[in-house]
Amino acid sequence: MPLSTQSQADEAQYVLVASLDNARNISNILKAITFKDHAIFNATPNGLKVTVEDSKCLQANAFIQADIFQEFTIKEDSVGFQVNLTVLLDCLTIFGGSTVPGVSTALRMCYMGYGHPLTLFLEEGGVVTVCKINTQEPEEPIDFDFCSSNVTNKVILQSESLKEAFSELDMTSEVLQVTMSPSQPYFRLSTFGNSGNAHYDYPKDSDMMELFQCTKTQTNRYKMSLLKPSTKALALSCKVSVRTDSRGFLSLQYLVRNDDGQICFVEYYCCPDEEVGED
Amino acid sequence: MKFRSKIIDIGCLNNFTRVVTTISKLTKTCVLRLTPDNLYFVLSGKVANGGVGMWCELSQANFFDEFQLEGVSVKANEVCLELAPENLSRALRTAQNAKAVKIKLTKKHCPCLTVAAELPTMSSMSRVVTHDIPVDVIPRRLWNDFQEPSMPDFDVSIYMPPLKIMKNVVDRMKNLSNFLVIEANMNGEMNLKIETDLVSVTTHFKDLGNPPWGGDGSQHSQGDQETMVQARVDVRKLQQFLMGQQFNPSKAMCNIVQNSILHLILLYEDVSLQYFIPAVA
Repeated sequence: MPLSTQSQADEAQYVLVASLDNARNISNILKAITFKDHAIFNATPNGLKVTVEDSKCLQANAFIQADIFQEFTIKEDSVGFQVNLTVLLDCLTIFGGSTVPGVSTALRMCYMGYGHPLTLFLEEGGVVTVCKINTQEPEEPIDFDFCSSNVTNKVILQSESLKEAFSELDMTSEVLQVTMSPSQPYFRLSTFGNSGNAHYDYPKDSDMMELFQCTKTQTNRYKMSLLKPSTKALALSCKVSVRTDSRGFLSLQYLVRNDDGQICFVEYYCCPDEEVGED
Repeated sequence: MKFRSKIIDIGCLNNFTRVVTTISKLTKTCVLRLTPDNLYFVLSGKVANGGVGMWCELSQANFFDEFQLEGVSVKANEVCLELAPENLSRALRTAQNAKAVKIKLTKKHCPCLTVAAELPTMSSMSRVVTHDIPVDVIPRRLWNDFQEPSMPDFDVSIYMPPLKIMKNVVDRMKNLSNFLVIEANMNGEMNLKIETDLVSVTTHFKDLGNPPWGGDGSQHSQGDQETMVQARVDVRKLQQFLMGQQFNPSKAMCNIVQNSILHLILLYEDVSLQYFIPAVA
């Protein structure tokens, strides 16, 4: 069913309609949180929030604001559903997800409500693809209860500098240790691998450091396997905010600029690794 | 039985290499049929090949500067060889800047197709790289299996969309499903569809045009131009066909016999390639 011949009757039944001139603007940001198949979608008049979780220890959220879309119509305060993210990404890139300038896939995403599939209409070069992705009951995302009022330490870095560190991280280390402190070593990433220990220090007055707000020395360990998916978001981003709260929870917020220069956010929450046998 | 040939022109050598490379991407083994005028790469649609058939026809005069063939007998002036096209492709690729390439049938420890590339040198010494590609000579009583397949009595015939677009779509669909339904009508429309528990996807192509096949083609009257004819095929087989195509053909056509066979025809300047994919229930 081509875009133009969609009946008005159908149109009226949708509780959510979102259109984009360039499907890459959404597919790219979803790639940044693709580490599990199940994705929880929650749409509000503000935009779309997509959540992916792993092992109740890691949560990734992608926020795509309503004004990123050329059309964003929502008939309820909140619309939620769950879909298979890998399938959705294959559908969004059905025409190959070309990066050639001037060639883009137009997207119209429609949802009729509970029990209905998520329908995508994609068009590129006069060829139309219609995808109906079955939806599931949305699960309640875990509330990590990460409040900005509880934040102990916070730094904002140019992603460039963290990309370098992450690409060189010793992946044989089971954990990544993050030290944040108002005094030396300020911001330190440490690994403990087969071939020895490594520390990456960032001086607080480095050009790469946009903001440095550390109030207390804090050292926490995070499972490398849990942090690994976040490198996808890091690769796309231009800035990253690293925060820890009083419980040692880690929040990574990535600022991602899309093809059209608009800004979206991707956020990762990660639980600290508890020492086994600790009383 | 005797076969010796020579390619001097670099353009011809590149073209021939390209054809063999395409064939090597479509099948691991195939039959090379040599006649005084033509070369054929053939895969017969046996169950062992998953029912996929291939017929690729080249006129030797378009590629070879010398071409001498003495067949099995005067009456049956042909040679039929089974080989791995990948071997031939690899041998030809190493000869890309050769001054001349000779291809001949030789008897070493087993029958071989010998590719001898004369490479350019700075000195007066000549430098020749030789590849011996083992082949099986097919006895005459089995030749019947490698005749040109007859054109199926198709229900619909349509020009294919740009193969690159089709490849992208089929690649994604392969991630989602093992089987794909291809359907088309005589109104220039073609759809590719998959359906699974998780998702259903349909890609619509239109204004493709239908080749004029004279009188004995499809017997569709004006009335049912819009009726879709379909075949459900193994996605991997279609993907393999699309993956092998390195250059856009001058014509790409698709014939469908309802729920029976998908017949793809690619016409290049000097080569024609037909590919048969059986439909599955």
